[in-house]
Amino acid sequence: MLGATATCIALLIFFGAAGKSGQFPLHVWLPDAMEGPTPVSALIHAATMVAAGVFLVARVYPLFSLGAINGVTPSLTVVVWIGVTTALMAALIAIAQADIKRVLAYSTVSQLGLMMVSLGVGGVAAGIMHLLAHGFFKALLFLGAGSVIHGCHHEQDIRKMGGLRLLMPVTFLTYAVGMMALSGVPLFFSGGWTKEEILHAAAHWPKSHVPYYLALAGVILTALYMTRQVIYVFFGNRRAGSLHACESPRVMTMPLIVLALCAVFFSAVLTPAWPWFHGYLTGERVHFEISRLIQPMLFVSLALVGAGVGLGFWMYRKAGMQDRDRAPETDPLEYAQPALFRFLENKMWLDEFYDRTVIAFATMCARVSDWMDRHVWDGLVRGFGGFGELFGIFTSNVDERGINAGVDETTAGTRSLGRLMSAAHSGQIQTYLGVVAIGMLVLLLFYAWLA
Amino acid sequence: MVGLISALIAIPLIGAFALYVGRPRNARAIALIFNAFAAFLALTLWRNFDSGAAGLQMVERHAWIPAIGAEYLVGVDGLSLLLVLLTSLIIPFAFLAQRMTRGFCAIMLVMQSALYGTFTAQNFLLWFLFYEMSLIPAFLLIKIWGGKNRDRAATKFFLYTFLGSVAMLISFLGIYFAKGTFDFATLAELGKNGLLTGKLAWLAFGGIFIGLAVKVPVFPFHTWLPDAYETAPTGASMVLTGVLSKMGVYGFVRLLLPLFPSEIRILGPWMLGLAVCSIVFASLAAWAQSDLKRMVAYLSINHLGYCMLGLFAVTASPIVGAKIDTHAALSGVFMQIFNHGITAAALFYYVGLLEQRRGLRGINDFGGLMQRTPLLCGWMSVAMFSSLGLPGLNGFIGEFLIFKGSFAMTASFTAIAVIGLLVTAIAFARAMQALFSGPLAESCNAFPDLLRSEKLVVIPVTLLMFAIGIAPQFIFNIFNTTVIQMARLFA
Repeated sequence: MLGATATCIALLIFFGAAGKSGQFPLHVWLPDAMEGPTPVSALIHAATMVAAGVFLVARVYPLFSLGAINGVTPSLTVVVWIGVTTALMAALIAIAQADIKRVLAYSTVSQLGLMMVSLGVGGVAAGIMHLLAHGFFKALLFLGAGSVIHGCHHEQDIRKMGGLRLLMPVTFLTYAVGMMALSGVPLFFSGGWTKEEILHAAAHWPKSHVPYYLALAGVILTALYMTRQVIYVFFGNRRAGSLHACESPRVMTMPLIVLALCAVFFSAVLTPAWPWFHGYLTGERVHFEISRLIQPMLFVSLALVGAGVGLGFWMYRKAGMQDRDRAPETDPLEYAQPALFRFLENKMWLDEFYDRTVIAFATMCARVSDWMDRHVWDGLVRGFGGFGELFGIFTSNVDERGINAGVDETTAGTRSLGRLMSAAHSGQIQTYLGVVAIGMLVLLLFYAWLA
Repeated sequence: MVGLISALIAIPLIGAFALYVGRPRNARAIALIFNAFAAFLALTLWRNFDSGAAGLQMVERHAWIPAIGAEYLVGVDGLSLLLVLLTSLIIPFAFLAQRMTRGFCAIMLVMQSALYGTFTAQNFLLWFLFYEMSLIPAFLLIKIWGGKNRDRAATKFFLYTFLGSVAMLISFLGIYFAKGTFDFATLAELGKNGLLTGKLAWLAFGGIFIGLAVKVPVFPFHTWLPDAYETAPTGASMVLTGVLSKMGVYGFVRLLLPLFPSEIRILGPWMLGLAVCSIVFASLAAWAQSDLKRMVAYLSINHLGYCMLGLFAVTASPIVGAKIDTHAALSGVFMQIFNHGITAAALFYYVGLLEQRRGLRGINDFGGLMQRTPLLCGWMSVAMFSSLGLPGLNGFIGEFLIFKGSFAMTASFTAIAVIGLLVTAIAFARAMQALFSGPLAESCNAFPDLLRSEKLVVIPVTLLMFAIGIAPQFIFNIFNTTVIQMARLFA
């Protein structure tokens, strides 16, 4: 009983966290929120605010893990599957987006999913570490994107950029750092260590190995879409949007440099050699041990990132250029797999699906409520009022035609009788005397007849 | 301080009389001066009120018509004081909302006096006198100064409410013939062990319930409200929603719930169902409205539904709650009464400002106001957020306590009622989007932003919303003892 209640509460809290952290199926708001100014996107919708959901799950972790057998509970299992679905789905969608900020937005959704996986499989420390690392490099990427957009005179479509490498060197270098941190290049970039830890935790989940493999696929995809974006924006020929591009002022590049340094040097405190955060959570004493740096997962990670970046370079090496019969503005993936690309470009049609189901249902409820109010409930009231009115008409008719008619008749009779009588009272003495004389005669005759 | 309450009731009446006799040119200013007096008296009442003492305070008792049990008996407990303060706050606010003729002002003052009377009378006949006395000014305000369809709306409002009043009066006559008293305290004491028995109890209960349910209003007795609020002039709408609608809730707390505890428990799920219907359907209907004033009117029904949910959770749910939950729910209800008064009146005020500027008030008659009138939009947003219950603003305090308390006693009904919160947020988000953002509508091009006189009204009210939202203790202190007392009465 206690377990069931805990599961129920944990799941309800998780739904809240899923809404905040953009987990499937409540993730649709996050990419749309990228319409805001870029610093807002960087700070709120990428680095800090959306992390609140992940933080919440970590904070109430005892509730999720209550009665865990081998570290597995029903609620944590849900967290894992939702997380891994989100991570993979968002990474896939990111591949087909054209807006520089939307790519990053879906990347955020995907990374948050990965953090959820980490929490679900028991790697709380790894998940929170990734949260911290992600905060830095995602803020870096968003501000870098802001710098690119500013340089390209408010162009956000990556297909219209290109060749910015030489025109915006500071932005390019810092963006490259961010890209490598996000892709999880091992050893020198913060994202690499934490991602490795997450994969490590996922690999040891006793319930199933599927999330682990899906997370591996997610790592490849992350490297792939980031490579695509960097190639589109910074490499190749200059296109419409980047013809007159120029480096942003120092007020914009300085924060990029600071964040890039953080993304690199932050890796020093996130290494598995010194798991201080894990120690803080478990209460164990931890000590520095350099040998833990080199683990099998390091090589797995290296291979995956290499594969992703390599695949990206191979696929997009001629992006934005004419390639055989492919037009320059056509995405290579769109050329190869048009149906798949359309599916991903349209965000798997989830927005449209929600529009036609949830939103349509809710607006219908609103309209029905309004209609019921106007016609049914108020109709009852009006009917009641109408009934009263009818009753009034009925009683007034009874009055007018029934009772009143009788009274009128009576009064009319009385009046005509009076008129008759008043005609007799003419005031002429002769008539009166004549009547008296006739009366006397009649009386005499009557008495005579009686005698 | 004997005579304080009587003075409070008398002052607005004197004001109305002065307006009638003196024919001053600036009637609104005179009315506001009388309101300042009344507010001063209300504050004195608050100062002299011992918040730690149970029962009625500052009681004034005089024989009136002993033969029928009528008595002039006024006094305040925490709830009464809260509502007196709310009245003293909302009425001046309404006076500041629009231009008014002398007659309008006088009628408003009469209504104010009736409201003070309703919230302080402790004898049914006296209470009923004031209760009806507030109805006629409201009718006249809608009938004479209302918008289009005013005749229909005013008649509907009057007849509907009056029908309820008549039902209530008959019920109370029945109670009087059975028990021989009109005194609220005595009746409540008798009510503990069942006031009436058999059919008579159900008839009396039904009559009073309908009377009050129309007044609040509770679903499905609410259809007069959108029409009346929509048509009434801004100032009248503010008083109607801010204070008059509280008479119904007050009536429930004072009359129905203490007198018929066992009947309410028997009907428990039905009562809770009506409250939840008020919450959910009214919020959905608000979402579907295109007239801003009508939208706010529906949200008013929704917010009073929370009050009813809290009250019925305490008195009607089969589970008798723990003390802490009962206290939370009742405190939440009282808080919500006060908060809704302020917030809903403020929303009507803002809609009035928009209507003054535009001449229309359809949700699609505006657009992009944020560019033209940022201050108006900003302050209005605060009122909207307060209404949808954002933490840090006053609306949150009451609603959270109601939900917290009710959940312990009736989890399923409370869970459904939460939908209302979501839909309210949608309705407001929709309104904000349509009004404030997007391209600036051409018709809104010449809008002036908040004028200084308007700022002087808006700022104190908004500050009060924040004050209650951040440190609500000063309001809780007013009615804490009363809550404990009532919890004991309902338990």
